Amino acid sequence: MATQEHSVGQKRFDQWLPKLVVAPSFILSLIFIYGFIIWNGYLSFSTSRMLPNYEWAGMVQYESLWQNARWWVAIKNLGIFGVLFIGIGTMLGLFLAILLDQKIRVEGALRSIYLYPMALSFIVTGTAWKWILNPSFGLEHLVQSWGFPNYTFDWLVNPEKAIYTVVIAGVWQSSGFVMALFLAGLRGIDDSIIKAAQVDGASLPRIYWRIIIPSLRPVFFSTIMILAHLAIKSFDLVMALTNRGPGYSTDMPASFMYTMAFERGQLGVGAASSTMMLAMLAAIVVPYLYSELRGYKKNG
Amino acid sequence: MAKSTRFILYTVLLIAALFYLLPMYVMLTTSVKTMDEIRNGSLLAFPTGISLEAWGKAWDSACTGIQCSGLKPFFWNSVKIVVPAVILSTMLGAINGYVLTKWKFKGSDIIFSMMLFGVFMPLQVVLLPMSQTLGWMGLTESVWGLVTVHVLMGIASTTLFFRNYYVSIPDELVKAATLDGAGFFRIFWRIILPLSTPIIMVTFIWQFTNIWNDFLFGVVFSGSDSKPITVGLNNLVNTSTGVKEYNVDMAAAIIAGLPTMFIYFVAGKYFVRGLTAGAVKG
Repeated sequence: MATQEHSVGQKRFDQWLPKLVVAPSFILSLIFIYGFIIWNGYLSFSTSRMLPNYEWAGMVQYESLWQNARWWVAIKNLGIFGVLFIGIGTMLGLFLAILLDQKIRVEGALRSIYLYPMALSFIVTGTAWKWILNPSFGLEHLVQSWGFPNYTFDWLVNPEKAIYTVVIAGVWQSSGFVMALFLAGLRGIDDSIIKAAQVDGASLPRIYWRIIIPSLRPVFFSTIMILAHLAIKSFDLVMALTNRGPGYSTDMPASFMYTMAFERGQLGVGAASSTMMLAMLAAIVVPYLYSELRGYKKNG
Repeated sequence: MAKSTRFILYTVLLIAALFYLLPMYVMLTTSVKTMDEIRNGSLLAFPTGISLEAWGKAWDSACTGIQCSGLKPFFWNSVKIVVPAVILSTMLGAINGYVLTKWKFKGSDIIFSMMLFGVFMPLQVVLLPMSQTLGWMGLTESVWGLVTVHVLMGIASTTLFFRNYYVSIPDELVKAATLDGAGFFRIFWRIILPLSTPIIMVTFIWQFTNIWNDFLFGVVFSGSDSKPITVGLNNLVNTSTGVKEYNVDMAAAIIAGLPTMFIYFVAGKYFVRGLTAGAVKG
């Protein structure tokens, strides 16, 4: 009898112990993720300016956000940057992955070279590209010294073009990562499908276009998701490369939020802009998470 | 495949490699040139001699605003932030992942999905409440404030990593051990942890890289004596006192990137796995 009671007690203990162990992380996540989202949301409906206050103001901060020319610049830049960064990054990554998948002799070395920028901070990347794209000593100067004295490449200091320098540096940093994702996807494809197609006389480009690339759909899905996510959150690169300038011509939502909340003393507008960022991310991520979690359930 | 096709293939791959290597080459060569050489020479020119003056200056005497002590203090702040934050967040991730796979209970899947959102959330959303909270806790001026933030925001990804890894460890191992009378912690120590070396490496490297490279939290939550290296580098580059010294900027950028580059070249395999773990399941 005694041993049985012991085992019942043990069982009960084993039942609450795991819950107790995850409880701190769970509670902290509840507070610091969900609690803070609500808190931040509340601030965005308050009259907060220099200091947070909790006087209800309705949509005032959102109205002033959407009337702010700078916010529109940030949204437009996010659109330009997002489309180009995701588009070029995905294409370049896929292209390199396909080339690398042709039984290349030095594949390992090339892979490390393509991927190393991902280990660097965006601040380091921004600093390096700022120097390379600098008109007085950088690329422009270099091409001029090659015998093209009228060549100009002033994107970095041209308000119309500066956002494209952010794209260049962003693609440089992230495309190797996309390559790694696609390469992993390519390695997961069953060779026998390709062999069968070859036996049928299909050419290699045709096999890639018709069979292999379509079967990489899930990889496309997660790549685009990750790059979109990086684009919406991009802050460091803008700060290091252009510092939001010239003027505020390369501002993005994340740097806009920082400027308003921590430099201009416009807490309410800052909170409203971060809530908008949350909404943008949720629009992309929630369907993704949903499908991922369904996948988890299916697999185990 | 025809010989000419293979030649084109290798050429394209090499050009791509040059594109990725070029900025590193420019950074390295610029950092060992003198300012005269930079002004009169070209961006891609090989340095005529190696001068380590810029490196010395970047490390301990370049100005980062009003303070002129180089990157050194920032570098050590980053070390002080990274070490505890990485260890704590990895430990929490391991134990959470263990519970969420081997000791599932009613609602544990919901807990996991709720925590997962932390991986995707735009961090801007927590900045304002967090800075208030850190203020109340009296942590705004010390490195411990940043340690706290990084641990809190890291739990989601470390838990995800360990959970995905532990799913593939057969439940039978745990069941057999339970029948033998082993308890929750004993199984974790004796069975699960010894099998976890690869995922611990992946998580360590992932967290190290992310926290070392973080700029957002660093710039928002640090006091004058707790700024991390990324903030130091950014201040150094954007300080506009006197003549712009590009060689010092480049040396500083390399110093800031060195620890993560080192890890990448030593344990690149785990780094790549970490990158893909969040994206491609497994």
